[in-house]
Amino acid sequence: MAANTFSGNGSFPFWREPLDAQQIPHLSTSITIFPDLCKGCGYCVEFCPAQVLATSDRLNAKGYHPPEVVKPEACTGCQFCMRVCPEYAIIVEKKLEVPT
Amino acid sequence: MGTQTVTPQAVQHPYTRYLRTDRLPHIWCPGCGIGIAMGAFLAAVDELGIPQEKVAVVSGIGCTGRVAGYVKFDSYHTTHGRPIPFATGLKIARPEMTVVVFSGDGDLVSIGGNHLIHAARRNIDLTVICVNNFNYGMTGGQMGPTTPHRARTTTTPYGNLEFPFNLPYLVAAAGAVYVARWTVLHVFHLRESIKEALQRRGFSFIEVVSPCPVGFGRPNKIGEGLEEMRFYREHALIQNGLHPKDAALSFRDRIVVGKFVDEARPSFLQVLEDHFRNASRDPSHREG
Repeated sequence: MAANTFSGNGSFPFWREPLDAQQIPHLSTSITIFPDLCKGCGYCVEFCPAQVLATSDRLNAKGYHPPEVVKPEACTGCQFCMRVCPEYAIIVEKKLEVPT
Repeated sequence: MGTQTVTPQAVQHPYTRYLRTDRLPHIWCPGCGIGIAMGAFLAAVDELGIPQEKVAVVSGIGCTGRVAGYVKFDSYHTTHGRPIPFATGLKIARPEMTVVVFSGDGDLVSIGGNHLIHAARRNIDLTVICVNNFNYGMTGGQMGPTTPHRARTTTTPYGNLEFPFNLPYLVAAAGAVYVARWTVLHVFHLRESIKEALQRRGFSFIEVVSPCPVGFGRPNKIGEGLEEMRFYREHALIQNGLHPKDAALSFRDRIVVGKFVDEARPSFLQVLEDHFRNASRDPSHREG
């Protein structure tokens, strides 16, 4: 993830990778969704500050459209979706990864 | 940064250890905010590090009354309106327990209204979390004492002619030492507020404004819970320290949230301890 963030492939042509990019710890988040717990209220999709989630097209066992992760790289680990989910169907784990 | 699909045992939700998972999924409707309020409470207990066996949750009847059945603490599901008397007795008998009353507006304010104000007057060491959804949701959306003026319910099809309680003003006037109101959209504020309330000695009261898409949203043409939450986002106004008199809720108007009262007053248990110490026969413990 660090390599992508600091890579020279961005739109800014003179961007270079910071010299200490490999020493700086960075936040790593992982989003787990349990689709079968979802009741389709849509709070996680609506109130994610980074629009990481979107309503998916498929149906779960109860007949609701569970959310899916569409922009995982935008997740800041704020855990708002996890806290605002009334069914406890989303887990956001964050940890600080120190490059080796 | 990865996206995992379903591997239920691999990661565990932080609330799982406080939930009776065999009872889940809960009965609350899609879009109901009680699950969010319960989660905020569980997160508050988790972050304060209170031992699980030292927490007792008492609920009354109603949608919010189901909370006692879902949390993995010592919990009791009382008769209608009576969680506060039960919790009062529990707290006096077992002062080391953290006793939380988790119930709805219809249970705490209408049927248990007298118990609420008298517990606040005594300043008994309880934390009361009142989920306010503006109607009696479980029985079919009838008008209650918190239904806003002019709001439609199944029993007020032409609009409610009565005026609702202003809950923070009511309990603050009765003597509560900690009074706050949040909507379920303010999850993090709510969690921090519950943490503060759990640490206070004395009667602390938190009103949680919650969407009720079936009981309140449908007759009032609000729509789903999402519309109600959008309304909270646009109309909620955080005013900490506001006099509770000015914190009245009205129908489809701004929602004032915040911490309104936070003061110190001897709690009932402190008074009781002093009384026992003074009354003991040992002259070294006698005061005055």
